[in-house]
Amino acid sequence: MANVIDSVKYTKEHEWIKIDGDTAVEGLTDYAQSELSDIVMVELPAVGKKVKAGESVGTIEAVKAVSDLYAGLSGEIVEVNEKVVGEPALINKDAYGEGWLYKIKIDDVKEAENLLSPEQYKELIEKH
Amino acid sequence: MPKKTPFYEKHVQNNGKIVEFAGFLMPIQFEGIIPEHNTVRSTVGVFDVSHMGEVEIRGSDRMKFVNYITTNDASKLELNQVQYSTMLYPDAGIVDDLLVYNLKDRILLVVNASNSDKDFAWIMENKKYDVEITNRSEEIGQLAVQGPKAEPVTQKLFDLDLSTIKFYHSVETDMKGIPVILSRTGYTGEDGFEIYLESKHAADAWEMVFSAGRDFNIKPIGLGARDTLRFEMRYCLYGNDIDKTTNPLEAGLGWIVKFDKEEFIGMDPLLEIKKRGLRRKLIGFEALTKGIPRHLQEIFAGDEKVGFVTSGTFAPSLTKGIGMGYVNSVHAAIGNKLKVMGKEPIDVEIIKGPFYKHGSRK
Repeated sequence: MANVIDSVKYTKEHEWIKIDGDTAVEGLTDYAQSELSDIVMVELPAVGKKVKAGESVGTIEAVKAVSDLYAGLSGEIVEVNEKVVGEPALINKDAYGEGWLYKIKIDDVKEAENLLSPEQYKELIEKH
Repeated sequence: MPKKTPFYEKHVQNNGKIVEFAGFLMPIQFEGIIPEHNTVRSTVGVFDVSHMGEVEIRGSDRMKFVNYITTNDASKLELNQVQYSTMLYPDAGIVDDLLVYNLKDRILLVVNASNSDKDFAWIMENKKYDVEITNRSEEIGQLAVQGPKAEPVTQKLFDLDLSTIKFYHSVETDMKGIPVILSRTGYTGEDGFEIYLESKHAADAWEMVFSAGRDFNIKPIGLGARDTLRFEMRYCLYGNDIDKTTNPLEAGLGWIVKFDKEEFIGMDPLLEIKKRGLRRKLIGFEALTKGIPRHLQEIFAGDEKVGFVTSGTFAPSLTKGIGMGYVNSVHAAIGNKLKVMGKEPIDVEIIKGPFYKHGSRK
């Protein structure tokens, strides 16, 4: 069963978001990495790019499938995980840790109210 | 209701991720597509290929009949030799690609799982001469032991010297008491054997193979790696690279079409196509830029759409994207550079032969 951790929030598009003050770290959930399996290429947004919640900001390519990456919150990309670009399997190995994808400086912290709680996300993936 | 192969319980025990494929519950992967792929390239792995269909042809005219429904020349087969072939519709579209086993008292046709029922119906519909045709798909299970260490593993289970079985040859024998057809065949580009047996012996056979392979760290391999392995060898997959709308010549399968035979279904229209020249060709290409080509993406030469991708994947042995697709013949030359329209366009180059060139296949 996919691991849903309690310390982060989630989106319907299977990203996790950890908010710390006005910055958020985003990544792909354990459920998403296990569905995609063997991730081999990652395309991340450029640092400095302004993104809107729900906007496609990158691509995750696995051996058999490709998936868009959507921003969970609006803001500016302030850092991306270069290590994961070189070693995409890190997402499979440690989705909530070393496999993090990018950091956003959040425009409006209130937007986070739209995100899913761990319980809501669990419900979502159980329906699949 | 999807069917289960006689090895289904083994896949569940081995934590296989089960999906429905061609009407069967099959493991798509165990530990992961890439590690499984690498196991087969470097040592040895085992595939459950029981979903494949088997049609048995008996009777005094069996060779004449098989030569009539297939494009390769089955009459050239030695006893126990195996041949890759196709069956065509009267318009030269492909019914299926298959293996033809010329056994002592019968010919066995091994067909794709997804086409098994259709193929059997097609063969029955075209039945002529003195032949008896039986669909044995339900009763036969099959394991493929593949990889550079396949021979030392498999040898432990047989008294006869396996080095005497040449590539694309078979033997009817027994594996520690279980009657089997053992053939040196496979879909991976590596050396290996395929073992056909009655389903009731499946559980025993699985245990035997895995205990024989223990010293080599033998592992179960899922359908995901089966696809990446075949793809790196540029073997066609029915439903993707070939189907009823494609003919064997444009698919690069001219080498298994023998026009000097007396007759086969689809022969005249195919000869006509050959004389007229091919409008399009199935090409193999490697990505020069980042990205992985995917099924049905369009292929462009400059601003002109010239074809589409039939199969695309990440090649674990080459660590880059590779693809196959049909393009207009004028754009199909080796070395030609084209663009595949992914989310971002991918530059690709047409290559010759298999993508992976270091297989242990004999």
